[in-house]
Amino acid sequence: MSSKANQEPLLHITKRRAMPWQAAWAVRIGSIVFALIICAIITMAATGLDPMSVYGTMLDGAFGSERKIWILGKETAVLLIIALAMAPAFRMKFWNLGGEGQVLIGALVTAAMMIYLGERLPNPILILLMFVAAVAAGALWAGIPAFFKAKWNTNETLFTLMMNYVAIQLVAYYIIIWESPKGSGKVGVINQATEAGWLPRIGDFQYLLNIIIVALVTIGIYIYLKYSKHGYEISVVGESQQTARYVGIKVDRVIIRTLLLSGAICGLCGFLMVSGTDHTITTTLAGGRGFIGVLVAWLAQFNPGAMVFASLLLTVLTRGASEISTIYGLNQSFGDILTGIILFCIIGSEFFINYRVHFRKGVGRRVDGGSKPAAVAETAGDDPAEKETGKEGADV
Amino acid sequence: MRGITKIFDGKVTANNNVDLDIYKGEILSLLGENGSGKTTLMNMLSGIYFPDRGQIYINGEPVTINSPREAYDHGIGMIHQHFKLVDVFTAAENIVLGLEEEGKLDLARVAEKIQKICDTYGFEVDPKKKIYDMSVSQKQTVEIVKVLYRGADILILDEPTAVLTPQETEKLFTVLRNMRSAGKAIVIITHKLHEVEAISDRVAVLRKGEYIGEMKTSETNAQEMTNMMVGREVALNIDRPAPVDPRPKIRVEDLTVRSSDGVLKLDDVSFTANSGEILGIAGISGCGQKELLEAIAGLQNVEKGSITYIHDDGSEESLLGKDPLQIASMGVSLSFVPEDRLGMGLVASMDLTDNMMLRSFRKGKSVFTDRKTPKKLAEKVVDELDVNTPGVSTPVRRLSGGNVQKVLVGREIASAPTVLLSAYIVRGLDINSSYTIYELLNLQKKNGVAVIYVGEDLDVLLELCDRILVLCSGRVSGIVDGVKADKNQVGLMMTRLGGGDTDEQ
Repeated sequence: MSSKANQEPLLHITKRRAMPWQAAWAVRIGSIVFALIICAIITMAATGLDPMSVYGTMLDGAFGSERKIWILGKETAVLLIIALAMAPAFRMKFWNLGGEGQVLIGALVTAAMMIYLGERLPNPILILLMFVAAVAAGALWAGIPAFFKAKWNTNETLFTLMMNYVAIQLVAYYIIIWESPKGSGKVGVINQATEAGWLPRIGDFQYLLNIIIVALVTIGIYIYLKYSKHGYEISVVGESQQTARYVGIKVDRVIIRTLLLSGAICGLCGFLMVSGTDHTITTTLAGGRGFIGVLVAWLAQFNPGAMVFASLLLTVLTRGASEISTIYGLNQSFGDILTGIILFCIIGSEFFINYRVHFRKGVGRRVDGGSKPAAVAETAGDDPAEKETGKEGADV
Repeated sequence: MRGITKIFDGKVTANNNVDLDIYKGEILSLLGENGSGKTTLMNMLSGIYFPDRGQIYINGEPVTINSPREAYDHGIGMIHQHFKLVDVFTAAENIVLGLEEEGKLDLARVAEKIQKICDTYGFEVDPKKKIYDMSVSQKQTVEIVKVLYRGADILILDEPTAVLTPQETEKLFTVLRNMRSAGKAIVIITHKLHEVEAISDRVAVLRKGEYIGEMKTSETNAQEMTNMMVGREVALNIDRPAPVDPRPKIRVEDLTVRSSDGVLKLDDVSFTANSGEILGIAGISGCGQKELLEAIAGLQNVEKGSITYIHDDGSEESLLGKDPLQIASMGVSLSFVPEDRLGMGLVASMDLTDNMMLRSFRKGKSVFTDRKTPKKLAEKVVDELDVNTPGVSTPVRRLSGGNVQKVLVGREIASAPTVLLSAYIVRGLDINSSYTIYELLNLQKKNGVAVIYVGEDLDVLLELCDRILVLCSGRVSGIVDGVKADKNQVGLMMTRLGGGDTDEQ
């Protein structure tokens, strides 16, 4: 079954030691370029539209006017703060999938206080109370599963996930109580006349305060994870609970403490959305961003700095996708297909950062010459992984 | 093997132009320090890695080995250090696992074939016994039979004696000699020179990935082999300075420990560890050594008994029921080098500096960590213990086994301990690194530290330790004087309480 000569297998995968960061970013950017090429082919095949103008429209949807840029900033901030909330928990390898619920519960508490205390308290005190209550509610929502995890090692993934549904149902219940006008099934804008409990706006910029707060949270989380003793304990617990116990770190305490922080930031996000921008509450307030935030955190490998870019990228894609669906009369799904392809390629490119693919030397057609990758991609079909290996082969 | 070269990542040359001959009917010892490329070389022979250059010939024919399965087809089988067996399967099921034989799985026929192999070479295997019921040595036997069952003519054993008692080692050697007589080619990787002398016909030495040379075992000696491995003259004696003013430091009384699933791990263990003395703990692996050390270090729930720490001024304090933090806050400087270095003693993905911080990061009132002091400590450890690393910001998981251990030991000693617990502190280390560690332990002893040394190599235990506590299935089989004790006696005490009657087996 084996030939006489010393033949290396056609394809060989080995783990890399470490890639210089420049090379790693080159691979990531290359993967986006590659994804755009695939998207272009699919766009042409499926819709017959000129891919360049489709991409132009996407960019236009994200950056096309001052108003669009502000919306982009607001949406990015929401995604970013949720991802930041996930970062400490994920660093600890505690898979908090309850961002959605934690945001909603913070939003619910905020809305409740706006409705019930709106006319009774001076605005600064009301806002301060709303802030404290929302943060506490979010912390509680994450703290419950954390407590069970720390004491009885329950599965945090399922537990936090289920807490989302509890939060959604609670919000649904109160929406019926608070609905205005009656029978509409909506809460409507809360305190529209008095603006009680509304966060102040800076100058004419409605979204600026939210963006500034999220920027501060970003810096805070970065410093917390990187330079604080708590952050260090989180890393040790995440890497090895054994080692943590060995040096006397109280693992259960670190788990609960970290999740309280994670939930608190989600609660803050709910507060910012209701008090700062939306001034109303719906069950879809978080709109799946509790989960997209998880994706952002992973894409950025739990690094707050990289999360800024990851959340911006995702928001640009989402905004662009919805723009092309309106402009070209395509349905929303087509935009989602493009987003999906781009994300797949970006995440897939991590494989080539961590592993090296060797080709058997002397199968010249595949190895020599940088001009060949395109040909390899054709023979390999649409599988981006194959294309990437082609690129690797050329690099060697 | 001719001109074998393996380069990892285009940088690290694990093997450079190695030529190695393996003969039928002969036992070859492959010697080399940690990271000299022994295991890499053998992994290429058994199909796990593929050489970048060079050619493997079997019976004069050039061959390609792309996978372990192809290695089996060429009659090459490797027994790894870490066994690859399915715990809940029986011996027979494990042995046929992965084989694609025609027809239905007939375990009776398999058992028959296993029995035949056992009879030929002198093994004892119960085909119906589950792996989880087996001792380490029985598991190893299953691994060897598994390889023979697949028709291997060339057997590679990677440090097979590391986990065995002297008696079990002797049994293994008998089997290996039988296989040699049957015409099999055997390669054995080991660090223990006296075993090399006892078993092998020929020795091949690798150093830093290069083939240094080979010789007939009968024409060489331990000193020459060591010098070849290290590349310079090395003294092969372990010092044993007389204990300095030994005074009781830790007193353990009637200690009984059960594992979380209720298995009795330690049963009424009592002893005293003195300052300025190395107390050895001998025993077959898994006889309660881990639980004993962890109980002292405050990491293990204790069912009954007491652990008392005796301060320099003679006052006594109980360590029982205290966690490591509480023990430290009592003013007891207790260092612990655990068996699982990367899983317990260190954080694999963190760099040297951050690992140095593990013990000290709480110091000071600031909410922020201080990285300057640990960085200096890391640099000092690298410098003093000659750690081979690109820098102090390299994750420890990238370091080789010996260097990882130096980092861990360096940190634990840096805190000026009064008690130093160590578990298998030289496991997997080459001779040179091992001797560095022994020197460090002796230095601690001279400084008046109470050192507890859990070891597996009886020769070392007998040369290094002042007293040796022998554990047998969680009970104290006896405490012997390190100077006077006899290796066979200790070996027997490990398998039988008190080492008494020999009428069983």
